[in-house]
Amino acid sequence: MVDKNQLRIATRNTGFIDPESVESYIAVGGYQALGKCLAEMKPADVIDLMKNSGLRGRGGAGFPTGVKWGFAAKYASDTKYVVCNADEGDPGAFMDRAVLEGDPHNVLEAMAIGGYAIGGNKGTIYIRAEYPLAIARLKLAIQQAKDMGLLGDNIMGTDFSFDIELKYGAGAFVCGEETALIASMEGNRGEPYTKPPFPAEAGYWDKPTIVNNVETLANIPAIIMKGADWFSGIGTETSKGTKVFCICGKINNVGLIEVPMGTSLKTVIYDVGGGIPDGKEFKAVQTGGPSGGALTYKDLDAPIDYENLVARQSMMGSGGMIVMDEDDCMVAVAKFFLDFTMDETCGKCTPCRIGSKRIYEILDKITIGQGTEADLEKLRSLSHNIKDTALCGLGQTMPNPVLSTMRVFEDEYRAHVIDKKCPAGVCADLLEFTVVEEKCVGCTLCARVCPVNCISGKPKEVHVIDQAACIKCGACLDKCKFDAIIKQ
Amino acid sequence: MSMLTITIDGQAVEMPAGSTILAAAKKVGIDIPTLCQLDMEKQFNQQSAACRICVVEIEKRRNLAPACATSIMDGMVIKTDSQRVIEARKTVLHLMLSDHPLDCLTCEKAGACKLQDLCYQYGIEVSDYPGLRNDYPLDASNEFYTRDLNKCVACRRCVQVCTNFQSTKAIAFGDRGFTTHPVAPFDKGMSDSTCVSCGNCVSVCPVGALLSKSKEKFRSWEVSKVKTTCSYCGVGCQMNLLAKENKVVGVEPMDGASNSSLLCVKGKYGFNFINHPDRLKTPLIRKNGELVEATWDEAYGLIADKVKATKAEYGNDALAGLTSARVTNEENYLFQKLVRAGFGTNNVDHCARL
Amino acid sequence: MTNSIDELMDSGAIFITGSNTTEGHPVIGAKIRRAKAKGTKIIVAEPRKIELAADADVFLQITPGTNIALYNGMMSYIISEGLQAAEYIKERTENYDELVATLADFTPEKAAEICGVSAEDIKSAARMYAQAPKAAIVYAMGVTQHTTGTEGVMTLSNLALLCGNIGIESGGINPLRGQNNVQGACDMGGLPGTYPAYQSVANPEIKAKFEKAWGVELSDKVGLTLTEIVHKAGHGDIKVLYIMGENPMVSDPDLHHVEEALKNTEFLIVQDIFLTETAQLADVVLPAASFAEKDGTFSNTERRVQRVRKAIKPVGNCKPDWQILMDLLNKLGIEKRYASAEEVFNEITTVTPSYGGISYERLEELGSLQWPCPTPDHAGTKFLHSGKVARGLGLFKPAVYKPSAELPDADYPYIMTTGRVLYHYHTRTMTGKVDGLNKLSPASFVEINPALAEKLGVTDGEMVAVSTRRGQIEVAAKVTAKLKENVIFMPFHFAVGAANVLTNTALDPIAKIPEYKVCAASVKKI
Repeated sequence: MVDKNQLRIATRNTGFIDPESVESYIAVGGYQALGKCLAEMKPADVIDLMKNSGLRGRGGAGFPTGVKWGFAAKYASDTKYVVCNADEGDPGAFMDRAVLEGDPHNVLEAMAIGGYAIGGNKGTIYIRAEYPLAIARLKLAIQQAKDMGLLGDNIMGTDFSFDIELKYGAGAFVCGEETALIASMEGNRGEPYTKPPFPAEAGYWDKPTIVNNVETLANIPAIIMKGADWFSGIGTETSKGTKVFCICGKINNVGLIEVPMGTSLKTVIYDVGGGIPDGKEFKAVQTGGPSGGALTYKDLDAPIDYENLVARQSMMGSGGMIVMDEDDCMVAVAKFFLDFTMDETCGKCTPCRIGSKRIYEILDKITIGQGTEADLEKLRSLSHNIKDTALCGLGQTMPNPVLSTMRVFEDEYRAHVIDKKCPAGVCADLLEFTVVEEKCVGCTLCARVCPVNCISGKPKEVHVIDQAACIKCGACLDKCKFDAIIKQ
Repeated sequence: MSMLTITIDGQAVEMPAGSTILAAAKKVGIDIPTLCQLDMEKQFNQQSAACRICVVEIEKRRNLAPACATSIMDGMVIKTDSQRVIEARKTVLHLMLSDHPLDCLTCEKAGACKLQDLCYQYGIEVSDYPGLRNDYPLDASNEFYTRDLNKCVACRRCVQVCTNFQSTKAIAFGDRGFTTHPVAPFDKGMSDSTCVSCGNCVSVCPVGALLSKSKEKFRSWEVSKVKTTCSYCGVGCQMNLLAKENKVVGVEPMDGASNSSLLCVKGKYGFNFINHPDRLKTPLIRKNGELVEATWDEAYGLIADKVKATKAEYGNDALAGLTSARVTNEENYLFQKLVRAGFGTNNVDHCARL
Repeated sequence: MTNSIDELMDSGAIFITGSNTTEGHPVIGAKIRRAKAKGTKIIVAEPRKIELAADADVFLQITPGTNIALYNGMMSYIISEGLQAAEYIKERTENYDELVATLADFTPEKAAEICGVSAEDIKSAARMYAQAPKAAIVYAMGVTQHTTGTEGVMTLSNLALLCGNIGIESGGINPLRGQNNVQGACDMGGLPGTYPAYQSVANPEIKAKFEKAWGVELSDKVGLTLTEIVHKAGHGDIKVLYIMGENPMVSDPDLHHVEEALKNTEFLIVQDIFLTETAQLADVVLPAASFAEKDGTFSNTERRVQRVRKAIKPVGNCKPDWQILMDLLNKLGIEKRYASAEEVFNEITTVTPSYGGISYERLEELGSLQWPCPTPDHAGTKFLHSGKVARGLGLFKPAVYKPSAELPDADYPYIMTTGRVLYHYHTRTMTGKVDGLNKLSPASFVEINPALAEKLGVTDGEMVAVSTRRGQIEVAAKVTAKLKENVIFMPFHFAVGAANVLTNTALDPIAKIPEYKVCAASVKKI
């Protein structure tokens, strides 16, 4: 379903063409961009065009693609590599997968263009092994392109040759970080190393290497064909073009969207996303994946672009958007994300390896009612120091969910540590189920459904819950027909 | 090589391009603490930069940078002692200490432990962030050293030395997250690995995670250290002999031109022959078919008489000597001098060929 | 070594032959593997699939004793392909024509047949060595312990000259010395024909120099080599034999013969740190201090002179060897006293030109110095023959392949070769006293190929009888695919199950090195 708020560039063909047919791709103008580059443009022209278009990396960091290509073009080397980062690892995000499954040739074409621009003739797609359909379609697409002389030796009869191979990732989140990805491709443990040197200088097998995300690449053939001005005419001052997002969580229209940069959060959530289900109140949206941050009602009018999100202690990330409503506890949300990063840190640097564990432990303590005000201070200081000292992007952003939720929802944190209450009613250890005397009719339903038999009371009399024995399962609350049980 | 000028804590330093901040600071006498940094890694980009204790503040950079692995750029302005830097280092130490046993009273490494030294320097008594600690069984399966991963700070020096310098690749890092730790293949004991017991990992371990098994108990401050040359093969590795009460109790590699801070199993652990009870301690003379103890004077007298008598009776060439590829130059020189000048013959050789 | 150890790290190719480097010289082995990681090509020619074979770009599993055929095959191919360093040969060598003539019809195919490897592998090894901008040759006893040992070394030298690899950094031919101070023992004149710094005993001027320095008359007659001494002693012609820090009762070939020789010596003096197998036969045993108990210097395999420093006092009543030797010199009328090892060293530098510029003071300051270092302001010599070789022009001395002295036959159908293991050193005088090392390598063994093991009905660890024309021993079999089917291997470290009961005493006619690396043997299940 396409509405007026969406604009599809990266996903322009997804769902419209037969991904298993190269002819189908060619029929919508496929491989014309590569042909144009080879026939009409010098490598430097391609790089200039990319620079002028203002395209920035869609994997998360937002580094200008043309500039990255320019660096790699500058270093002389017998071999240079174009790497497609298809190690999509954010929970609930599947932008790359949709493009690879729906429009694989688009990515292949863009990689060949990249190779031509930097003077490289080897391409590698680092794709997670959990994407079997994408892998199958890429393999087929590579073969088809080779058969038609669109990849391989002497592409389209020119002296430019470019080959693409696949490397499979084993689902490590950190391998989305480009240096860790390169380490993994070389057969080493997927761990980042200190930059510089940047991959553009010494990357895969120490050769100049550009690492571009799937979505970034998917924009490129369109930019070549329609020009830099067209692309830079879309979006905001600093962020050009469109962005694909995966909206999920407490939202009516769950799924993949592509909107121009600068679209407001409100438009995305209420117009494109169709608002919050069940008439609940919007509370926050996590952007930037597990290392992003939470945006709130205060940020609804902000135009979405790289700088605006960073200014609000979140980040663009690869495009995951998890929407939360009034029933979500922000401490529990932060804990959820830390649980993820704590497991996914490669363990190389001290702040990330031990720090993530300790943040998680403090959050856990808070959610079970054992937190103190001092813990809030510890959380803040630990988070800041981890951001300041961690080795790679994963560690440097890992405390974001904590810092961004503490910034906006400090009250909620304080309620947990001072009042020992969870205002959203999520943290089980802080809840109390009580019977409202005025409403209870003594129907005994609650007592019968209680799995630990902690509700007592005679029929037609007010029932009482034994707080010491209650396991806070909520069964009584669900069963009561008279709203006589409340959770707080 | 082009020279760059940077400012560290207000001091201008000129260094060649490609130098690290750590090297530049050292040049002007500014001490930046390190833990995972491996001296033998001369190329900065191979430093693992894992521990983050050496972070410094660079103007116009968002994050702190590890001094050991960050190359200088012209005009860089660096602060090594700002509040921000000190806080960051303390946090790193608090975190390390939170996953480390506090058994310094009995730990063999006490006095030579980097973590102990750094906690002392930064005044850290107990961790601000106590929490779950890793719990690994002690691996004593190697003949020469023990591995107690509960003390490991995951600095990676052991893996680096084994992979990049010793080139044995017996260990690597296993697991992810909080339980990331050095492992032998399939996380089995070291005796099930390709380990050749060179002990180079033990020599670089900054804490008590890898410790040599020792017959003698000693504290680091009780031993004297004397630098010498290994007496095994012809490589000529430089090493320190650690001695306590006229006993050699340990060996540590030194950075010699031929060994670059490496040793092999014989050099590192083959020292117990020195104080072995079977050592010859007094001259012996054969009497009635038996070797019996004698004084030096008796032995010398007997030899001198025998040499003189043989020369007189059979001529100089009835005498011969085999010198040794094991003893010093000085001794080889004196031995051939003894045979040539004392015995009067050139019948001197050694087992160079064997 | 013509070159230095660390130069290997920048070689384009390293040709390792006759050296099990990771076990014999572990730290150099580690550095070779590091060079590999940095992009250096590795060529290994060995009868056993040693650890470094796994790192090799080309591994040539040659039949023991055929290495000269291999080198000649490589050179013949290099010449036929025009890969030789033509200009270097013209300007810096002589006798090239004889090399070409000698190799004329010796094709890689012929070499392949002799060596038991493929001609293609010989060719790719040759290409790799010749095409590397700088290529180093590393070898050890696997080249020298043959009746053609000297020719083996000369052939390697031909190969290096052919490709212009002598006199350049990261090239050269590099023998790895097996013992800490073999280099020094040779440098210091522990040889029958030369005074320190290889000055000939037959040269009257040199003789006069030493007579003046030492104040005695000296002989100009070249002395006997070790194997000759043992041989003569066997006939009772050596009346006094002084053995310092050696254990020929384990290290020498044909041990029955050695035992007989030592027993036939009228007066045997042995100076050592333990009562070795040899010391047990002595008439006088002198207790020496270990390296930890004395000062001095060692010269390593790359001619690097480094300090030995006293860490503890001599144990018991023992004395440093230099003091014992000084005392005996005094008893024999040479009165000079030395207050320290340094004073001995100072005397050395006055008569040893290549050590002339070295002093304890400089060693303290610099850590080490590589000879030649003739003057106090000389920085030492990292690699030899820079600019031109020592003799002026590099001399090609071609040699043709000759079979080993003893070849397999019906009675002794297998080729036995010997070598070292990582955990022991020489005759185990030292390593045998270290519990951990003994646990890791407790006893002698013979390595045999699985196919041979099956043929003999032997399983891993079973005892077998290994015999040669010189004797028989019983050892445990270690079944391993490291070897070809007709080759067996034994370490030489052990006194019980000693390999040298079996080895051949046949000598290289020039260097008098016994042929430890090849003899004919039979193996039987017990």
